[in-house]
Amino acid sequence: MSKRSSAKRQQLNEGLKRPSVGHTLPRAPEPPPVSPRRRDFPMLAANPALHYLDSAATSQKPRAVLDALRSYYEKDNANPHRGAYDLSARSTQKYLDARERVADFLGVIDTATLIFTRGTTEALNLVSTAWGRTNLSKGDEIIVTGMEHHANFVPWQQVAHATGAKLKICPLTSDGRIDVDHFRKLLGRKTRVVAFSHVSNALGTINPVADLTELTRDKAKNAIVVIDGAQAAPHMRVRFDELGVDFYAFSGHKMLGPMGIGGLIGRRELLEAMPPYQMGGDMIEFVGDDKTTWNVLPHKFEAGTPNVADAVGLAAACDYLDAIGIDVVRAHELELLKLMTEKLGAIPGVKLYGPADLSLRSGVVSFNVGDIHPHDLSTVLDQEGVCIRAGHHCAQPLMRRMDVPATARASVYVYNEPADVDALIRGVLRAKAMFGAHAV
Amino acid sequence: MSNNLDALYQEVILDHNRKPKNFREIENADRRVDGRNPLCGDQVTVWVKLDGDTVSDVSFKGTGCAVSKSSASLMTAAVKGKSLSETKQLYDKFHDMVTGKMTDAERAQMGSLAALGGVSKFPLRVKCASLAWHALKSALDDGGEVSTEGDT
Repeated sequence: MSKRSSAKRQQLNEGLKRPSVGHTLPRAPEPPPVSPRRRDFPMLAANPALHYLDSAATSQKPRAVLDALRSYYEKDNANPHRGAYDLSARSTQKYLDARERVADFLGVIDTATLIFTRGTTEALNLVSTAWGRTNLSKGDEIIVTGMEHHANFVPWQQVAHATGAKLKICPLTSDGRIDVDHFRKLLGRKTRVVAFSHVSNALGTINPVADLTELTRDKAKNAIVVIDGAQAAPHMRVRFDELGVDFYAFSGHKMLGPMGIGGLIGRRELLEAMPPYQMGGDMIEFVGDDKTTWNVLPHKFEAGTPNVADAVGLAAACDYLDAIGIDVVRAHELELLKLMTEKLGAIPGVKLYGPADLSLRSGVVSFNVGDIHPHDLSTVLDQEGVCIRAGHHCAQPLMRRMDVPATARASVYVYNEPADVDALIRGVLRAKAMFGAHAV
Repeated sequence: MSNNLDALYQEVILDHNRKPKNFREIENADRRVDGRNPLCGDQVTVWVKLDGDTVSDVSFKGTGCAVSKSSASLMTAAVKGKSLSETKQLYDKFHDMVTGKMTDAERAQMGSLAALGGVSKFPLRVKCASLAWHALKSALDDGGEVSTEGDT
């Protein structure tokens, strides 16, 4: 233990000597010394008793990312692509470098096919609007699955309404995987879009993207394959060029980057054939009085002043993840996932959702404790410093299919530790004690 | 914080969550309104039977957390037999209580509803406690479906 963490420990011990406020359950043990990894994250370093288990919603940010943001604004800030002065050129270069860095992280060779967006939601709206409205018509079919986040569901539902296309929802197996046999049967000549998540946000299921894409190519030659990668890109190796899909959407803020940046990766020929999604500055080539021509990729899809600072921050996040190694991140999460499912599963009354085979799961555990509503559970856990998500996880179609109004969801990332899992278990036991044996 | 937690989940709340009062449909109801909390998916339906100016019967069904369910249950018990104007006054007072705009003395006048006073220490749970009340108010105003994402 370092000197610094002993001092912290000392402080905490002192804090614990305050008069009791009438607990009936044993106090939480003192937080362990701040680990080297937690020290990289100012939020976690400053709050040793915080057990952040909601990274599937958004991740905490390492100091390296915060420093990159600050440094950009302090040293390089100017509107890129415009000013004929050195500072603007520097900002432009930073933006270019950031795109290359993120493209490299996600296995994209043709860098200009990575469009920066505000995040996954905007990326999926871009495809469903710009590609969908141009290419879909009555009689066409769009296939999504029953586990989609609203961001990969509602845009397709609405574009179906607008174009007369039909939305087909692929059912799931009872343990929360895509029913591949059923998926195969849905594919056909009329299929124009196949859209599904790489990893389910609510269950953590890792979908076999390459296999489902191959099936689609074989049985539905007119279809594009669109992947919601929001829950995959932060946690496992993603190589766009090897997946064989047409579009891949991701969010920066779930992978240690800032909020407000993410992207859409697409096949060049598809992106070039699509009309722009938003109009304005930067995306034009020539503006006549009644006619405009579009700029080249990626600018055609990036109207307005780009979000340079957050792109720079996201590039720093990629650096941070690569320094650890994304395979190491995955292995770390798998260990914590194993611990969580074992410990939660051993508590009577706890129901776990999602595949039992953990190799098919990201670091997400969706569960319920007897009849205790996840919101009540979440409020009790909050008192233990444990942050989890409770509710429908923006996946109401999935909740209906599982026939539950809501679940509790704990999700881990690179900075989580066994102590976070212990705190979760403590909180669940406390909630059980509070709501009584009748609840289970 | 633990005191707050105990104040939120008082025995009264847990009891009403376990065995909610008036958890049923009213077949010949005069009013019926659905309430939703789109952020968490909680859903409640409130039925009202009127006898002239009086709420002669009121009931609810739905899914939600202990706070929303017990609040709905306590609400039905509190407003049954009350006049429309009394019910609306109670709605305002309840709103003041859960949003922390009430003195302890005023809260003591709230009868069994006072058990929900602890919600004021949990701003994120105010919407849970208010859902059924919003639906009731809309029912009395002869309004339509309500959502917690309107005014609170």
